[in-house]
Amino acid sequence: MNMKFFIPLFLFLALGALMLFGLTNDPKLIPSPFIGKPAPAFTLPQLFEDKTFSSDEMKGKVWILNLWASWCHSCQAEHRVLSRFIAEEKVPTVGLNYKDYGVAEYGDAGKQWLARLGNPYYAVVVDSKGEVGIDWGIVGVPETFIMDKKGIVRYKFTGPVYQQAVEEKLKPLVDKLLQEDG
Amino acid sequence: MRLSLKSLVNSFIVLLLLFGLTLAYAVKIEFHDFANKEQEHLYLQLIAELRCVKCQNQNLAESNAELAKDMRDKAYAMIIKGGTREDVIKYMTDRYGDFVLYNPPLKSKTWLLWFGPAVLLIFSLFYLLRRIRHQQQEVSAKEAMSDEQRDKMREILKQSQNNPTDKP
Repeated sequence: MNMKFFIPLFLFLALGALMLFGLTNDPKLIPSPFIGKPAPAFTLPQLFEDKTFSSDEMKGKVWILNLWASWCHSCQAEHRVLSRFIAEEKVPTVGLNYKDYGVAEYGDAGKQWLARLGNPYYAVVVDSKGEVGIDWGIVGVPETFIMDKKGIVRYKFTGPVYQQAVEEKLKPLVDKLLQEDG
Repeated sequence: MRLSLKSLVNSFIVLLLLFGLTLAYAVKIEFHDFANKEQEHLYLQLIAELRCVKCQNQNLAESNAELAKDMRDKAYAMIIKGGTREDVIKYMTDRYGDFVLYNPPLKSKTWLLWFGPAVLLIFSLFYLLRRIRHQQQEVSAKEAMSDEQRDKMREILKQSQNNPTDKP
């Protein structure tokens, strides 16, 4: 049998493999260009206090920024996982309330949401217009960023954080960053 | 001549209809005031060129997503403050990567994207030409007669010329 006859079959299999690989790639997971770069600074009003909160306060600390909203269902799903992680690792986490509090149609929903589900955050800041969200290059809530002691973004998690991701990615990274010099 | 004129008019009407469709898109966008025509032109150009990262197959101008509106507002705010085209594009790519551009920049990572089709075309043309030439050679080699066959053929021809009555 002439091997030439198998060439189309091989080409087809190669194309099939390429397409199969394409299926496993989620186009929504855009790699963040921030990784390895300084975190964008922000100063925002807080949900529970009358003064503003500035990201400068987190200097010298390993910290997490978690974007959430009361209207976001997957945020609710990740909240328990994230709360446990924050409590165990004792890593200060700033919760950014995205286009929620301050928007007329949602009213107090953000506060009630935290009252019901628990508030694991070091500070909760309010970004009612989503301006800081854009500055951080977010696509949709929830998104979670991890910063090192120098204020460099080291990791971004898009979508609801789940337990396996905590064990395999978030926890090992935070442990490693805590060992690093500030 | 008349026929081609008619088809020209027809295609013009189709174009006009298509243009109407794009106008219908533009209506959804919020209205902004600009200091001058250049700024407005730049804004419209940019929102047509930047991709909405939430709804990935639409540009900012066509998308109804809230994020697209936020990104349009950001572009607008930068432009009226005197930001240039480069400023806005840098702001967006710093945050969303090259992915946000519908016109991917030419750099080593995108060489395959830019030159791949041309390379593929040249390669396949080369292959096609070689094949055609090869086939021609094969055919002529198959049909070529040996000297012995040629002599025999001449003999037969001569005979048939000498005896025209043999003609069927």
